[in-house]
Amino acid sequence: MQITLKVWRQSDANSPGDFVSYPVDNVTEDMSFFEVIDMLNDELVLRGEEPIAFDHDCREGICGTCGIFIDGRAHGPLQGVTSCQVHMRSFTDGQEIVVEPWRARAFPVIKDLAVDRTAFDRIMASGGYISVNTGSSVDANATPISKHDADEAFDAAACIGCGACVASCKNASAMLFVGAKVSQYALLPQGQPESKERVLNMVATMDDEGFGSCTNTGACESECPKEISLEHIARMNREFIKASLG
Amino acid sequence: MSWFKSFLNSSIGKKTVMATTGLLLCLYLVVHLGGNLLLYAGPDVFNGYVKNLTAFKPLIRVIEVVLVIIFGAHIVNGLRLAIENKKAGGTSYQLNRKNENSTPSSRTMAITGSVLLLFLIVHLATIWYNFQIEHSGGQFFNIITGSDVGLGNMFIAVLYGVAMVLMGFHLKHGFQSAFQTFGIRFNRHGKLIEMVSILFWLIIPAGFLSIVIYFGFMGGAN
Ligand code: HEM
Ligand code: SF4
Ligand code: FES
Repeated sequence: MQITLKVWRQSDANSPGDFVSYPVDNVTEDMSFFEVIDMLNDELVLRGEEPIAFDHDCREGICGTCGIFIDGRAHGPLQGVTSCQVHMRSFTDGQEIVVEPWRARAFPVIKDLAVDRTAFDRIMASGGYISVNTGSSVDANATPISKHDADEAFDAAACIGCGACVASCKNASAMLFVGAKVSQYALLPQGQPESKERVLNMVATMDDEGFGSCTNTGACESECPKEISLEHIARMNREFIKASLG
Repeated sequence: MSWFKSFLNSSIGKKTVMATTGLLLCLYLVVHLGGNLLLYAGPDVFNGYVKNLTAFKPLIRVIEVVLVIIFGAHIVNGLRLAIENKKAGGTSYQLNRKNENSTPSSRTMAITGSVLLLFLIVHLATIWYNFQIEHSGGQFFNIITGSDVGLGNMFIAVLYGVAMVLMGFHLKHGFQSAFQTFGIRFNRHGKLIEMVSILFWLIIPAGFLSIVIYFGFMGGAN
């Protein structure tokens, strides 16, 4: 296959940036999208040009480091996968693929396709934990938890913090991320002692970081690589309303 | 009261206000359409109905004040959210296939809402003003159907028609969205909410629209 990557290039946070088109030959449909960028980067280095900066680590959909707007969708055209799991068979020979960084005021571009997602870290630092004295681990069944709650908490905990929810939301809202993080504790007994401060503090930090609020369009749920459900936003809303009013 | 203020200024607080006021406005639509359908019964019945309402003047005034508060909160908060959310979005994408992940009605709440606001201003400045301030010599039916500020005026009829279609669009997303905002869970109650939603986004706007079409475009008053 021959494809053209139309990539956002921006040398640093304060430069304006623009799109540059790169034709790439010798692409096979079994290559991953990232292998194509690797191939292009090798060529750019040989030509003495700056390679394209993009975040990636595990390249198997578990770390959440990668996050690129590929061909008009967060993490590319497939559902339930990260950018590193996109393969060239999802595109057609001769296609021009637009490649952009996440766009949100709270996620400023650092360079090219890499954005600063430390706003998520600050949200986590404001309540995404439980305070316990670490000792030896307790007996596995000391605290019984129903299968339903355990499953739902696990689904929420599957969030890898990639930011696709923010990137695909017209309001750049982080409610799916925060909803998942609030839910994973709200569903379990270990989360109860700090539940009230947790939801109040995490939502306050989310608002301060400049994320928008939710219009319930559902774009986040559709684009989330871990298919985190809107139910978790509903649960966070309930927790927040309860914590605020009572 | 500081907790209340910080609740109202939080993202979820603002959403809760939108959802509460939005659903109350939906309730008002039911009452309003009920009265309007009497137009089909002819001038005597309709004029009599409006005159009877006048007998409850103090009550009507209280309801009006409540409505102003509800509408005011919905509009001010809605426009505030629209501005804040626009700012949060930052630079737009060169290519964004939004239709793959969300419905047009959910993405255009501020636009459909703004047209409704325009309609509301015209509606109050003409019909409400004539009914409540001028009293119109009891000829309420004629005001509604006439060519002065009523549906006999092509501009008014078109504006009203467009507004009712867009209200359906606003509520197609808005009604069910309000329940999600309250944290009433989709999966468990989704089917019921969806069914009731049809009443608000389809049947009620269609009821209002039928009046616009009958009296505005089919000469129903003659
Ligand atoms: C008069 C002008 C109006 C304006 C400017 C307006 C504006 C808005 C906006 C911007 C939103 C979305 C807020 C967000 O989630 O980001 C919204 C939601 C909503 N609106 Fe309106 N609206 C208007 C009239 C109405 C009317 C007449 C009704 C009902 C009869 C209504 C019912 C609703 C409902 C139920 C919601 C959903 C609340 C939620 O998602 O939680 N609106 N409105
Ligand atoms: S909720 Fe989904 S899209 Fe959002 S950060 Fe977590 S894994 Fe990524
Ligand atoms: S690089 Fe780890 S999820 Fe994509």
